[in-house]
Amino acid sequence: MNFFANIGRATLTVLAHIGRLAVFTGQALAGLVSPPIYTRLILGQMMRIGYYSLPVVGLTAFFTGGVLALQIYLGGNRFGAEAIVPQVVVLGITRELGPVIAGLMIAGRVAAAIAAEIGTMKVTEQIDALTTLATNPIKYLVVPRIVAAVISMPILTAIGDSIGVMGGYVVSVYSLDFNGTGYLKNTMDFAHREDITSGLIKAAVFGFIVALLGCYNGFNSKGGAQGVGNATTNAVVASSILILAADYVLTALLFHK
Amino acid sequence: MSTPKIQLIGVKKRFGPKVVLDGVDLTVEKQSSVVIIGGSGTGKSVTIKSILGIIRPDEGTILVDGEDVTHINGAARDKVMRKFGMLFQGSALFDSLPVWENVAFGLIQGRGMARLKARDIAIQKLAKVGLAEDVAFLSPAELSGGMQKRVGLARAIAADPEIIFFDEPTTGLDPIMADIINDLIVSTVKDVGATALSITHDMTSARKISDKIAMLYGGKIIWQGPTKEIDHSGNPYVEQFIHGRAEGPIKMAVKA
Repeated sequence: MNFFANIGRATLTVLAHIGRLAVFTGQALAGLVSPPIYTRLILGQMMRIGYYSLPVVGLTAFFTGGVLALQIYLGGNRFGAEAIVPQVVVLGITRELGPVIAGLMIAGRVAAAIAAEIGTMKVTEQIDALTTLATNPIKYLVVPRIVAAVISMPILTAIGDSIGVMGGYVVSVYSLDFNGTGYLKNTMDFAHREDITSGLIKAAVFGFIVALLGCYNGFNSKGGAQGVGNATTNAVVASSILILAADYVLTALLFHK
Repeated sequence: MSTPKIQLIGVKKRFGPKVVLDGVDLTVEKQSSVVIIGGSGTGKSVTIKSILGIIRPDEGTILVDGEDVTHINGAARDKVMRKFGMLFQGSALFDSLPVWENVAFGLIQGRGMARLKARDIAIQKLAKVGLAEDVAFLSPAELSGGMQKRVGLARAIAADPEIIFFDEPTTGLDPIMADIINDLIVSTVKDVGATALSITHDMTSARKISDKIAMLYGGKIIWQGPTKEIDHSGNPYVEQFIHGRAEGPIKMAVKA
């Protein structure tokens, strides 16, 4: 009997979470479209979410582009298709790896930071204090983070895409004896606009997921330091999983033929 | 008799199977200072948070100035919130903002006042609680617990509220600082002309800052009366609590 009780309890917990997340998302979306809009806070969050994430996104994109070039070269070599490296690198980066790598990096960096910050505010009653000062915590804390993440992520991804392609270029030209001019020409000729825009649309969605789950877990943290720790872990795990799931759904939708 | 400032009628709240408030009735007259006493976990905080609208009661009615605020939302709620100020137990200062912005927060965000004007008011309010101007530009993390309490008090009175709530104002302070904060509470409440509702388990503080005391036990107000009568309540629960005896009718749940 105990076994079934556990299954039931787990199912109810998951459903309760989904319900709460849906309500929270609704509140956040309502906050997006009603005044006041805190422009100063949005700009501050763009600095934290976007600008300060540049180094980590740039570095991971560079190595991803590099390793992609190396793997395609080695794999393509088996059937004499080494020359396809620039085309596959640019497609792989812009359509898939650029947004996903940036999304996962942001999930680790930003979702964790947001959950820890808001979680600490929750357990030290700072969120209640906002309410008593006639300020809506959703509008003051959640909306600026979501707006900033949705704006910053495509910009970060565009920069990451360029650096990733450059990573592929550096490895191909300096290690695999490709002709530099030819490599760039192949890259430019082969990439279409929708390869890039589809990746940027994904990036905006990933930004929304990261900020939403960071805020949601922060708002629902309980207890003290341990509660905040759990909220941080949950925010990173849940946003990473949702990013990969959303990636599949978005790919299926965007490239539906 | 005039309309009471705050009135709770049969307020009930449960969290899952745990009944916290089981029909609380309490009246707070205009410009009076009422203290709710009671042990830890008896629902003192839940009572205050219900009035503030942070927690929604399951049953019962809460009136502020005769207006039913139990289920209001949005603009109506905002309007009522502007009557309130609150000093939190841990001060709950925003650590990302300097002291003056903490104090001016309700004026800037809640009422849309210009930052420079709000800063001047914040510095005046800080002076009222005995803090010099240079403290205004420090971060809350640089202050001692007693100074944080003062800043929290300055923030609570910044927008000249009609009702101020105090949640365990002296908890975590040394006896001297606790007395200083008690004095400040009495003088600022009088100064602003506000009504005060506090919760505490510190009897020294309760005697000093209140003119009426109510004791919460088992989710109900089991005794209330003027502060000077607390020593002659004739209620065994109150007797046990104010003298801090382990023996008596109140059984502390040692296991949670």
